[in-house]
Parts: sequence; C-alpha cells; structure tokens
Amino acid sequence: MASLDDLKKRIASVKSTQKITKAMKMVAAAKLRRAQESAEKGRPYSEKMNNIILNLSNGISDKENAPKLLSGTGQEKTYLCVVMTSDRGLCGGFNSNIIKKAKSYFAKILDEGKELKIITVGSKGNDQLKRVYGDKIIENISFKESKNANYFDADKVGKMVIEKFEAGEFDVCTIFYNQFKNVITQIPQAQQIIPLNNEGEENSSEESYEFEPDEDEILSNLLPKNISTQIFKAMLENSASEQGSRMSAMDNATRNAGEMVDKLTIEYNRSRQAAITKELIEIISGAESL
Amino acid sequence: MSEEFKVEIVNPEKSFLVKDDVSEVVVPAFEGEMGILKDHISIISFLKPGIIKILSKSGDENYYVEDGIVEFKNNNLSILTSTIFNLADMDKSKQQDLLKQAEEEANKTDINDQSKYLADQKVEVLKTLN
Repeated sequence: MASLDDLKKRIASVKSTQKITKAMKMVAAAKLRRAQESAEKGRPYSEKMNNIILNLSNGISDKENAPKLLSGTGQEKTYLCVVMTSDRGLCGGFNSNIIKKAKSYFAKILDEGKELKIITVGSKGNDQLKRVYGDKIIENISFKESKNANYFDADKVGKMVIEKFEAGEFDVCTIFYNQFKNVITQIPQAQQIIPLNNEGEENSSEESYEFEPDEDEILSNLLPKNISTQIFKAMLENSASEQGSRMSAMDNATRNAGEMVDKLTIEYNRSRQAAITKELIEIISGAESL
Repeated sequence: MSEEFKVEIVNPEKSFLVKDDVSEVVVPAFEGEMGILKDHISIISFLKPGIIKILSKSGDENYYVEDGIVEFKNNNLSILTSTIFNLADMDKSKQQDLLKQAEEEANKTDINDQSKYLADQKVEVLKTLN
C-alpha cells in the first residue's frame, strides 16, 4: 500500500487537475455561447445564398454550358477533401470524429482507384492525418492567430479551392466538419461543394426572375462566393461544436477527478487509521509483556 | 395602400439590417444604378462597389458596399454582401484606410480585367465620399 505521504501528494495533484478542468469548462461554456450565437446569426446568409443559387440553376436554360462549378468537370477522377478541425486539443472526440469520418471516405475513394488530395484546416487534423496520408496532403492551413471564425479566413480557403479547381487539379471537392446540434451532440458531416449538389432540394417556386446581367454571368460570379460561404458556415459550426465538445469533455473530467479524490481520501483515511491501530497494538503488547 | 416594402441586408456574420417601412432603395447594380420601388418584378442582380441608398419614412440611410447580390421577390428585398459600412459611422480615417487598400489593389499588375475594374470602382466611389 502506498504510504500516507504518497497518498497525500496524489490527492493534491488530482485536486489541482480538477481545478484546471473546471476552469476550462467554464471558459468553454462562455465561448460556446458566443460561438453558438454567431453560428445562428450566420445562417440567414448561407440559406439565402443557397436559395438564390437554387432559383438561378432552375432558371438556367442551357445546362450543357453551365459553369463548371455547378455542373462539374464531367469526370470524377481526382477528389479534393477539405478536412476542417480545431487548432487546440482537449476537446473530447471532436477532432477524432471528423478524422474518422474523413478516413472512411478516403478509403472508399482509394478503393475505387481514384486520386485523392487533402487540404487540412486546423493543426489537429494535420497531426492525425499526416501519419497515414502524409503524401496526399497538399496544403495545411491554420488560423491560430484568429480568435473567432471570420469570413476573411474562410474566403482565403475558398479562393484557394477555386484556384485549384480552375487549374484543373481536382474534379470533386468535399468538406468535412462537425455540425453543431447541441452541447453533447455534434454530427460529423461530409458536404460536397463542387460540383454543387442540389439533388433532393426540389424548389416549388415557379416564379420567373429577371436577371441583370444574364444568368450565366451572375452564376459564375455567385458560385465562387458560395464556396467561401459554405466554408465559412462550416467554420462557424465547427467552432461551436469545438467549444461544446470541450465543455462536455471537461465536465466529465471534472467529475472523474472528483470521484478519484473521494476514493483516494477514503484510502488515505483507512491507512491513517490502520497506522494508528498498529501503533496502539504495539504499545499495548509492549506494556503487557512487562 | 402603402407604398412600402421590406429590405433585409445580411452579411456572413449576421443579419445586418432589417427594415420594413422602405419606400425606395437604390443599389449599385453591376450594369448601373438601379432604383427599386414596391411591386418591382422579381429580379436577381449583383453589385459593384458603390453606395446603397435606403429611403424610408424614418429617415434615409446610406451604406457603402464592395460587393453583393440582390434578390427582390414578393416585395422582399434581400441584399447579401460581405463588406458593408454605414456611411454615418464612417469617419475620415476609416475611409482613408479603405481607399488606400483599394488603390493598392488597383495598382496591382497581375490581376485580371474584371478585378481591376472593380478595384477602380472602389477607388472612385471612396474618393467621392470625401
């Protein structure tokens, strides 16, 4: 059995760990509220953007000559995957969930004999992926300096993706992120952004629009913006998810630390008692033998 | 019957402005300024750098935008933009900052005609604000 001193030290150390996890939980809770708010505020923009594009693509007459960002390059040979993770750890299964989802998708693509390219956003995803898919990662972006998700960062990623698309480096682009549902549930998502996947979203509005200038020009202007918007949406969802995930992870850690302290305290008291009893026995038996 | 309609300006971060007593909006559409009144036909267009004028009973407002898309439908005007500033909040230094940025962009040589045109537009509009 560990000595009394050792037990005392362990209790102290677990207690200080508990203090840290408790503080982290509270910080995450505060940040979560803000992140959740901005995720909710950001929704109207991406929804409206989607609506407009839907209306536009319904109105487009010449499907053959539609912009490539909408209709695709006509082949599906090279896949680009943008994996969005956090820059910080200690947030439960947040990053692992995205990576798991992404890895199963990668395996499927590689099984089909297609080419795979990866862009990682956030350093944690890069850390986890570079061991297995190191040669496939073409770009690694991290926004450690930015405190909150902002549109400029998303735009940077979006522009890079479009540049690569126009250079013919890939045919299909998918982004991976965690969708925020609530504090305990975050759903890893794979969303295809190039070519735009509008299936299943039948639009009932049959109203015809007037376009100025014509549809093609608006579309070719709008689609790149939509890429950035979708990425921005993913970033917002991700940051809310990250804080939520961290909060529940830290909550669990705090509770576990509490249990551990209780257990160790009982053990400490027992051995203290045992030591006293032992001493008493020694004294009494010593006195008796006289 | 009132001659008012609803306008909503959203940027990626949040819903920037919602007003439902607007009588006229002038937007800098790509092919020239466009005034929108109630019962305008449904239209989708995009913006070049310029000033959005919102005329309403509760007072007129002016906003500077660098890009965006407008959609008008059923007397609802939605403006999506990534860069927007209320002219009332814009002071000299802010304006100079933007102007400097725009001039730098316009002086780049490795950009295509369209971005060059847009950058020139920015410079022009910002200069008129002086």
